[in-house]
Amino acid sequence: MVPQFLLDFKDFVSQPWPWYVAGPMLAFIMFVLLWFGKDFGMSANLRIMCAADGASDLNDFFKFDWPSQSWNLMVALGTVFGGYLAAHYFSVPGEQVAHVSAATVKSLQELSPQFNFQEEAVPLLPEFYSWEYLFHWRGLLIIVVGGFLVGFGARYAGGCTSGHAISGLSALELSSLIAVIGFFMGGLVMTHLIFPLIF
Amino acid sequence: MMRLSKFIIVGIILGITLYKAEAVSWFRIFEMFHFQSFHMYGIIGSAVILGVLIVQLIRRTHMRSIEGKEIVIPPKDKALWRYILGGFIFGLGWALAGVCPAPMFILMGSGYTVFVVFLLAAMTGTFFYGVVRKYLPHQIKSKKEP
Repeated sequence: MVPQFLLDFKDFVSQPWPWYVAGPMLAFIMFVLLWFGKDFGMSANLRIMCAADGASDLNDFFKFDWPSQSWNLMVALGTVFGGYLAAHYFSVPGEQVAHVSAATVKSLQELSPQFNFQEEAVPLLPEFYSWEYLFHWRGLLIIVVGGFLVGFGARYAGGCTSGHAISGLSALELSSLIAVIGFFMGGLVMTHLIFPLIF
Repeated sequence: MMRLSKFIIVGIILGITLYKAEAVSWFRIFEMFHFQSFHMYGIIGSAVILGVLIVQLIRRTHMRSIEGKEIVIPPKDKALWRYILGGFIFGLGWALAGVCPAPMFILMGSGYTVFVVFLLAAMTGTFFYGVVRKYLPHQIKSKKEP
């Protein structure tokens, strides 16, 4: 028998989290990592994984003391577990919904018939996130080209959303502000100019 | 063992946070780039406002980490093109796939195993950057610095 307070806790966490909970949580996570003597940057894991897979033999960019960064791989592993827990324990079955605005529902309907959702019924994640869609040009584009751009861009820019938008802006880094402006320019071009061509 | 396992706990909290706040949602990223909701801006904005206060407090109190050393936040390189161009390319991928590096791991765990392919593609992108970086513009052209 599971104690009632644990069930209450599960129900409490299972609600959709508002921004004013998630934002401070991210600041708290950044603080904890600084307190542990580290820093918050998820895309560094891609470089660590390349180095750990032997890329250092091929390229000097991957010649660094990656085992000293293995703590970051543990953060990444933790997010995998966190994703599992959130999806399987802290979610109400059948209610995996993205609570997007009415304006977004309309924009989605206008973009493509495959996004013909009703209000309050936009799924959390799109159906092209699947192995079957990987064999369709659009799924392949989204997963493979999207992944490549994220991995290449994050390293070229020296960080991603966690390293620049959260850690960098918190440290009042002008460089990070420029990078975040770059993220937005890329995102706006993709969403407004390229999406009408691919959906 | 505790030395590394505490980072797993941080990761678990990060994963649950981004999943429950719908920051892992392709549709939320789409909404953000249409400026149709405050949600994502609220997440990033409140994290940054609180983060600025935290960093100021750490710097002014010369706070020490659990390792006993004063906490130093490594400064970013002073540059322009790498942030504009790299950021732009990252933004293209972020909007297209709807995920940045943390959600990539989170979605893998939540059951979307196809993100293993996304991770391999992202590692390929990072590796490709390592190969071509010497040909890419990075710093602002300056006569003082070679």
